[in-house]
Parts: sequence; C-alpha cells; structure tokens
Amino acid sequence: MSMIVTRESERENLTHIGAKTVKKDAYALLAGKPLYTNDIVPADVLTLKILHSPHAFARIRSIDTSRAEKIPGVVAVYTYKDVPNKRFTLAGQSYPEASPYDRLILDEVVRYVGDEVAIVAAETEDAAERALKLIKVDYEVMEPVLDFTRAKGNPVVIHTEDNYHVNGAWINNDRMNNVVASGLSEHGDLEAAFDECDIVVDETYHTLADAQAMMETFRSFAEIDAYGRITVTSSTQVPFHVRRMVANALDIPQSRVRVVKPRIGGGFGAKQTGCNEIFCAFVTAKTGRPSKIIYTREETLASSNSRHEMQLHVRLGAKNDGTIVAIDLYTLSNQGAYGEHGPTTVGLSGHKSLPLYNHAKASRFAFDVVYSNTMPAGAYRGYGATQGLFAVESAVNELADRLGMDPCEIRLKNLVTPGERLAQYDDNELYSCTAADCLRRAMEMIGWADKPLRQDLGDRVRGLGVALSMQGSAIAKIDIGSVDLRVEESGFYTLSIGATDMGTGCDTILAQFAAEALRCDTDRIVVHGVDTDVSPFDTGSYASASTYLTGMAVLKAAEQLIAELRRRAAGFMGVDVNDVLFDGDDMLAFEPGVLDVPADVDKPEFSGIYDDVEAIARSYQLAQASPDAEPVAKMSLTELANKLVAGGDGDCLTAHAAASSPTSPPPFMSGIAEVDVDKATGKVTVVDYVSVVDCGTVVNENLARVQAEGGIGQGIGMALTEDVQYSDRGRMRTRSFMTYKVPTRLDLPNIRMEFAPSYEPTGPFGAKSIGEVVINTPSPAIASAVAHATGHYVRTLPITPEKALFGE
Amino acid sequence: MLKFGSYVRAANIDDALEVLRFKKGAMVLGGGIWMRLSNRTVPCVIDLSDCGLNTIEETDDEFRIGAYVTLRDLEVAGKLNAVTGNVLRDAVHDIVGVQMRQLATVGGSVFGRFGFSDVICALLALDTDVELAGAGRMPLAQFIDMPYELDVLTHVIVRKRDYRAAYQCMRKAATDFASANACAAYWDGSWHVSVGARPAKARLLAGDALGIASAEPTAEEIACAIEAVRSLKYSSNLWGSERYRRHLAGVLAARAIVEAAPYSSPEAADAARAVCSGEEAIA
Amino acid sequence: MSGKLMDVTVVLNGKKVAASVAPDQSLLAFVRDHGCKSVKCACETTNCGLCTVWLDGRAVLSCAVPMARANGHEVTTLEGLQAESADFARCMAEEGAEQCGFCSPGLIMNVLAMEREIRERAEAEGTAPAMPTEDDMNSYLAGNLCRCTGYTSQRRAIRRYMESRFAAAGEASAAAGEGE
Repeated sequence: MSMIVTRESERENLTHIGAKTVKKDAYALLAGKPLYTNDIVPADVLTLKILHSPHAFARIRSIDTSRAEKIPGVVAVYTYKDVPNKRFTLAGQSYPEASPYDRLILDEVVRYVGDEVAIVAAETEDAAERALKLIKVDYEVMEPVLDFTRAKGNPVVIHTEDNYHVNGAWINNDRMNNVVASGLSEHGDLEAAFDECDIVVDETYHTLADAQAMMETFRSFAEIDAYGRITVTSSTQVPFHVRRMVANALDIPQSRVRVVKPRIGGGFGAKQTGCNEIFCAFVTAKTGRPSKIIYTREETLASSNSRHEMQLHVRLGAKNDGTIVAIDLYTLSNQGAYGEHGPTTVGLSGHKSLPLYNHAKASRFAFDVVYSNTMPAGAYRGYGATQGLFAVESAVNELADRLGMDPCEIRLKNLVTPGERLAQYDDNELYSCTAADCLRRAMEMIGWADKPLRQDLGDRVRGLGVALSMQGSAIAKIDIGSVDLRVEESGFYTLSIGATDMGTGCDTILAQFAAEALRCDTDRIVVHGVDTDVSPFDTGSYASASTYLTGMAVLKAAEQLIAELRRRAAGFMGVDVNDVLFDGDDMLAFEPGVLDVPADVDKPEFSGIYDDVEAIARSYQLAQASPDAEPVAKMSLTELANKLVAGGDGDCLTAHAAASSPTSPPPFMSGIAEVDVDKATGKVTVVDYVSVVDCGTVVNENLARVQAEGGIGQGIGMALTEDVQYSDRGRMRTRSFMTYKVPTRLDLPNIRMEFAPSYEPTGPFGAKSIGEVVINTPSPAIASAVAHATGHYVRTLPITPEKALFGE
Repeated sequence: MLKFGSYVRAANIDDALEVLRFKKGAMVLGGGIWMRLSNRTVPCVIDLSDCGLNTIEETDDEFRIGAYVTLRDLEVAGKLNAVTGNVLRDAVHDIVGVQMRQLATVGGSVFGRFGFSDVICALLALDTDVELAGAGRMPLAQFIDMPYELDVLTHVIVRKRDYRAAYQCMRKAATDFASANACAAYWDGSWHVSVGARPAKARLLAGDALGIASAEPTAEEIACAIEAVRSLKYSSNLWGSERYRRHLAGVLAARAIVEAAPYSSPEAADAARAVCSGEEAIA
Repeated sequence: MSGKLMDVTVVLNGKKVAASVAPDQSLLAFVRDHGCKSVKCACETTNCGLCTVWLDGRAVLSCAVPMARANGHEVTTLEGLQAESADFARCMAEEGAEQCGFCSPGLIMNVLAMEREIRERAEAEGTAPAMPTEDDMNSYLAGNLCRCTGYTSQRRAIRRYMESRFAAAGEASAAAGEGE
C-alpha cells in the first residue's frame, strides 16, 4: 500500500477541493434529527449502570449483589467473577496494539477511583440506580501510587497479574517497576554539542491530564442480530478496533461482532479508546437482550480516559547569537491505571517537537511512561505533541528572553526547511513545509513589528507570545484507509468508507475528493456512516489520518473506476480505450491520436522514505475536460451505468483501493497570543489570537478553518482554565463542568486564522492534515505572553490567575 | 437527580409552611438548579409556583422581590437596578447562562446561604431584609447567620436609599463561581462593604469595622478598608487559595469602593485609584 | 423516582400531551420520551445548555425542570421550530459552524429566544428592535457550550443571521428618524 506522488501543478483548476462545501449532514444535524447513538436505541433495551470504585487501589475481598438483584426491574448484576479472564486493551490501535493487554471487563483489583466494580442491568434507569446503592463490596484497601513522579521503581506495583501481556518488546515494558514503556532516540554527540553552547535553558514543564470533553459523552448499545451476532452501535472513532476489543474482551471470534457508528457528537481522541462498548456487548451476550449504556458527564470526566499528564525536562543549548545547538528532552508520562496509548503518545512529545529545530547539532529524547493509580490516559487531539511542544516551545521562548532576542527571530533563525531529513522523525524527508511563512504572516496579522512584548495599560499589562507547532498526517506504515467506490444505476456513485466522521466532516471531504476526481457535483456522491460488516476497513479517524490517507484511497479508487468505465464504454462503443475520455458526464470517443496518452502512468507509487519523490511524481488519471475536437462517439454516464447493471454484458462496477503511507507528513502552524493580565487579580484575558496553518492543500476552507479555530479554543482552555485536580486520596475533584472549566464563548476571543498551503507530493491533491496540529500553540504562546506581561514563567499548566499573579 | 418522595404544589404560603413543618424532611423547591447535583430522595418537595412570589413589587420606599423571581428577572429589572447602582445585574449576569438564570430563583439563592453566592454578596451591601412566613421580617445580615430552620422565605426586600454602589468579582473562567466577590454601597451617609466567596458566607463590614467615614473615601480610608477586608477569615478550595483570596478580596473591595464613590474632583478619584494600584502584585 | 405517578398535561410543540409521570422526572427525559430527540443531555450540572427548550416561550434548561413544575405549561423544542429555525440553520451550515452538531439544537433554541426577547423588549419600550452587539450575543449565549468550534464560526453565523433580521443599532435609530 502506498501513495501516488504528484506535483503542485495538480492543484491548478480544482473545482471542489478548497470549496466551502456545506457538510453533507449539516441540515439534518441542524434540524435536530435523531441521528446519534442514544437517539436510535432499540425498544425494550436494558439500561446499564456501573458501580465505580471509591478507592484508588484495592482488592475486592467479597462482593454481595443479592440485595441489588432483588430490586424490581433488575435483570442481572455482574462482577469480576462473571467475566472472561482474558486481558485486552481498549486502545484503538492497529493490531498488534502497542498498548499492553492489562484489562478485564471487571477485575478483582481496582486500580483507580472510578474503576469499574460491577455492572447492573435493569429494565429502567431508576431500578439500575437503586441497585447500585445496594451492592455491598468489601475492599482490601491498598496503598496507592498517586504521584506519578514516584511511580517508577515504587515498591507498590500496580499490575502484578499473571496474564498481563505485551504485544511488542519494542515498548520496553517493565511493569514490575510500574513502567509501561520507555525509550531513547539520540542524534549526534549531545555532550559535545552542549559544550559548544554559550547558554543552556534547563527547565521542567508540566501539563495535566486534560479532558477531551466532547459534548456527547461515551455511549453505546448492543443487540443480537438475525444471525446471532452481537451488533454494537457506538459513538466511536474506531469501529474496526472496537470490533476487536469486544471480541477480545468477551473472548469470542471477531466474526461474531459487528460495530456500527452513527453520527458522533465529538471525539477529539477520547473515542479512539474503547469505553463502555464492552459492557453492553457483555450484557447482551449474557442476557440475549439489547442493552444500552450512556455515561454521565461525571463518568466521562472521571472514569474514562484523558490526555497523558506529562512532566517534561528540557535542556536547550544555544550560541549567544541564538543558534540552537543542542536539545535534550526527557518526558515522564503518567499513564494512570491502564496502559492505553502509553507507549505511543509519549513518542510524539519528542518526535513532533524536536524536528522543528532540526538544525541542532545533537538532540536526545528519552522517556518513561509509568502506571499510577489515577484515571487512565488515552488519546486526546495532539497526542503527546501538545505536551512536548509546550515544553520545547516554552524553552525556546525562555531562551529568546534570556538572550534578549525576539522570539520570532530566534525561530526564523533555527527553523526546519523543506528538503531536510528529520533526525528525530525517523530520518523522514520533509517534502512540504511553509512554517516560516506561517510565522511571518502571523507576525503581520498581529502587527508584531509595531508592538512591544510588554505594554503597560494602567491596571492591566499586555503581553505577546508566540509558538510553533507540527504534527503528523496518519501513522506512517501502520494506518490504512480504504474505500469502495461504486457506480450505480442512473450514474451516481456510492462511496463506502471506513473512516469515521466524528463531526469534523470527513464524509464530506472524502466526497469532495471523489467529486473532484469524477468531475461531478458532491450531491452525486453518496456517503454514509460506518458499519464494519459493509464498510471497507479503515483504521479509523485518528492521528490526523482521514484527509491524507483515506483521501488518497478515494483518488486511487477513482482512477481505477474511471479506467474501468472507459474500458467498458470503449467496448460498448467499439473503440480503443485509449481514445475514450470521461468528462464527468459522458464517455467520449475520439479519432485515434486526438487524446494524449499519458506517459507517466506507470510510475511507481511512494512506498519507502528513501524513494525519489521527484522522479516518481506523475499526474492523476481522473475525469477531464474534453479537447476541442469533435468526438466520434458518445455515451452518457447514465446510459453506461444502466447498461452495467443490466444482464448480458453488465457488470456492476466497484473500485476498491487502499492507502497507507511510509511517511507522516507534518502540517505546521504558528500561533501568536496577545493577552491582558490584570495587575492586581492576575486574571488573564486572551484579547487576540492569530494563527497561520500549513495543512498542505486546503480541501474544505470552512471545515479546515473551524478545525483550526476549534483546536485553538481547546488549546486556550488547556492553557488557562482546565485544571484537573485530585484529592489526596486519589479522587478526581474536577468531575463536572462546574469544576472542569471548558471555555465558554466569553472566554475566547475571535480567533483569526489564515492558511499558508504548501503542496505535499504524497498527499491527495497536496493535502496534509489539520485536525491535531491546531491545538498545540496556545499553551506555549500564552505562557510566554503571560511571562512577558508579568515576569512570571508559569511552567505548570493551566496558568491560573493565581499563578500569573504570584508566580509558581 | 434529586428524587421526590412526594410533591406538593402549595396553594398559598400558609399551606406551604404547614406542610414544611409537619411533613418530616420536607423542603421547598427553588429554581431546581441543584436538583441535578444530588442523588438523594427528599421525602416531600413543596412547590411555591402558585403562591404569587414571582414578581418584583415597587412601593414608595422599597422593592419587594418575590422568592420565585428568577435571577434573569433580577438582571433585567430596570428600575431596581437603576436605583441600586446595577449591582444586582452585575452580580448575576455572569452566572452560567441565560437559560439557567431563567430558572434559578432569588429565594433559592438567598435561602441556600451559599458562600459563593453573588446574589447575597450584592444584596448584603444594600439595605436588605428578608421576609419569612414564620419568623417574619429581619435584616439579611441577621438571616444569613441563622441556622437552617423550617421556614419559607417569601420575599427579599431592598429599601430605597440614596445608593452609590458597585459590585466586583473575580472568576477564573467567565461564567464560573467567583473566587472572591465584593460589593460596596454608600447609603444613608455610610459605607457598607460585603465580601463573599471567602469561600465561606459573605460578611458585611460597615462603620468602624470598615474604617471609612467620608463619602469620598481618602487613600488612608481605603487602605483601612482593605486591611479590614483582609482581616476576615479566608480559606482554600478549587477556586482559590487562602492567600490569593485574601489578596483578591482587598483588591475587589477597594475597586468597588472607588467605583461606587461619588468623587467630586478628579484628583480625589485619582488618589483613590492610586491605592488600588498600590495593591497590584504585578509591577 | 418515588412510588407515586402524577398526571400531567403539557402542550408540546403545539400539541397537547397527557401522561402519567413521576413528578421528579425531568422535562428533558419527558420530551425525549415523546419523540423530541433534538434535546440533548451533556452535563448534570446545568452548565452546558444542550437541553435548552422553551417553557412558555422562555429558554430554560429542561434538565432542571421537574415534570411536576412543567405541568400545565407550553413546551417548545427544535422539533416544533423547524420552519422558524431554517434561516439560522442555513447561516450555521454555510459557516460549517455545526461541526458535530450535538450542541446545535440547544444553541438554536437560545439564538431564537434571544431574537424573540429583543423584539419583545423593543415592543415594550416602543423602540425599533436593534441588532445585538457582539458582547450582547456572547453574553446571552454564554450558557451554550461547544467544544468543536471555539465559537468563532458560530459568531459569524449568529452575526449574519441577526444582521438579516435586524438593522444595526445605529441604522435602526437612523431609520426610525427618517421615518418621522
């Protein structure tokens, strides 16, 4: 599986790519139609409720469910005694998952406050809730590890179970020391490089386990279909991975499981980890009855997954002229109680931050990921890059301040440029990058040249701060996206995808690719939600993959379908296929020699990072405008499509294609924050935020813009108000929107953003990703703006008024 | 969600009081806002919706605010706010959102005597009484220190005075609970400063305890007031540490005083503002 | 739920609905049970605004209204405002501002409530209804959380919609002046 490589000229004369196409489901969503999981549950469904652990670490000595079972309407109460003793992971990752198999549906040992102890299945929610209160559990309470900085090598070991399993030795798991994973990647002679430095910034930064806080909480329902298989409908980003999780958890073959994804009310990575699908699937398997489980906001905040809390130690060495010479980053990542996404998120903290300063003579990135008795971490937009960039970009800002240099200038002096091989990015070549343009344009937008970094406004002080960000586009070599593109009777198309639109609009974006390729209106492309029984395999919508990867699969499928349509039309018309052109509406046959036979169709696809991308670049073979010459024969697409579904010579055409990339082209982004700090209260107000994004070719201007604005909004929340707090017994204190403050519209300014599109030769029409890169700049940019305003460098997020006022 | 053992829609206040006193564990329902936060069962819930408590009546010398007047009603009550320096509007208008304030009631806010209450803080600096079906009428300051008793709060009464008032609060996020709040009101020839969200219940400082004698507080007087405010008890929770709150309360009180004070000369106002600037922790 | 059910009648989207319900059942659960799935629950603490409905024409959080209290009142959800909401829906769609769409119904209900309140207030004051300011809009809608958009695209959509409904404040008074 590989990618077609093209040149920037492919971007000329596009019709659908770049348009502000309205999302295909927009009007249904805006009319409030019943399209989400909880809107479509079957009748007579059992309602499930979970009893959660009140202890951070305990063994269940005994559990008495007899009184709970007697409540009228209660159908069953399940405990660890009832579930298969086979460990699995809820991480939505390709098999074999990097995350350890360290979970059961219910376990005898509970490992954080909120861990699942029992499942109640009842006819009504009320009965289920009453039953919860009557389950009697005798816990042997154990000393927990609540401080993740003391987890490694702690005498208290969190996972001692016999059937713990690791898929790959490469993660360097050392669970008897509470280490989920560790690693090291080095480039150059680090100590020699530091010896050359005139100045070293040596600081430690700390980011919290922020909640993704999508508006639709975790929810799913299960039922048994006509064939006796379990069908789980879930608000998930990873239906194919959920199929595997459910099968593993229930210890049944994957063939017995079907997963359906309807409309999703936001994911942001939260739903790249399985959650309650296993509970409803289990109960339905046990009872034979449909069951549903709808998590409350409290459960979603305190008993699911979050961003990995990280402590990042940066040593950044430079010359007095601002040349960055050496970078040393050590990341300690708090995994919480179970290992989802632990070995992988941490990697991004280095691999998606250090390459920005690829010119450094030497760099080292080392990490440990440790278990603790706090809520498990999972995936959240940015996936480790957010944390790493907060640290590295903050250190660069501090370096600039200590040298008395302009923080933008120091970046322009050191920034990575296209064509470089990236030492801390698996030696991948950077094919497309306008990071410097992103920064320069953002400086113009905010009026950088005319503004001091600190400005006294009387009772307030205004500060400016800047940061850069990068991310990836899909996971290199691991992610795969595939599509089926079918021409239907009357000549419309069905585009089956396994990529999961979670509100971002990938259904529409992929339809735009198809419409561009097939030269038709997006209305002629039919897309629908994911059903693992009928949708082609896709690893799912995460890691900023869908536009880049599944978009490429669409183009490949379109190439195939068009070639086949031409071949069939040539047959029906009795002409040579090389003389047939498809212009989107008609199959047109010309005199031999009229049509150019493309010379470069046989070029190989991009399949390894040392491929010569220039040499293998070619043009897409798509529907195209007809030449001025008069066609000798003509057949409309409708006519052809109708013939194809007829008997005789008919053959209902489906093109299938998959895409997987050896590289993960980074999108880039600049962000500049202008903040006011109240001198007496420390209140930080973001008065302006500008950003310029290089996501390669912009596929849908509206949707890309909203991704950027939304990601920046979440980033501002992370920077200022989202303050995860635990009690000293390990109970999360910020377990509602009353205490966990996601930004309201009064907390956010109008975000001003523009695009600086590079052309990514390995991406569909030059596209890269945008979904994640956009969350990474606010924290370092705002922290620096606050530092400029107040003199206080806040290195532990969020920057509360108190920290801004008094310092840390 | 709070569960109702039984539900009574009282026809009048007397009936409500009777049910409250004789039905064990009975409670009066306010705006329903906190219902979502509890999982317990209240044996009997009394609804006063039919008791005519949802209006603000204006008489010659006071405003009688019914217990079921919503925070949104309070926010948009033009006359009441015009007379009281808009402190009620300013106190409530950042509480969560319009839809929530359209349900939350003045009675619920006051009867609950919550430490974080913006409404109580604002009312406390004004000449405010409460009226209870059983205990009758008493000053708000007295009421908030009383233990919870089986009584029905029917009205909050704000006397018309020559108010010069201002409300100040600090929220970590825009519609969050206040980390600290303060209301300063000058009326009847003297200053009244309330400080809330300490996080304990709001306290009212006036007269000698406040240390401001003049209508146009001097720099020294404001400094005294700040000191008085900071000598109250403060403690820590999610919304702020004790240290931060103590600092903040002084700042907010001083700002409220300066904003409310009818300074006759710009020099006097500047001198007062300079005291506030002296409170700045960021140089 | 307590043991006893009570008979309630509400006018739901113009249609009289009678039912026997627990008095403590939330209006949110009730309207969803009666087919109005646009009304969403996203917090348990009255913070998110996704469950916004109109109770006697005023926007409230249906999660915090017990059925005992809704009894006898008029309830409106987005299902009952399909025609009235179409113009604003178009503004949202054209900005891509619905994103996941989960918070959209609650927002729409409050935007339309805001429009209605501006008209009612202007009528009561005998003035021409005027375009709300950016601050007015942010403040009025602060109780509607959205995690996808960062609100900027919503603001564009709301502004466009309000502009199509009201003349800007300055223009309105100028227009009123010209009329005389």
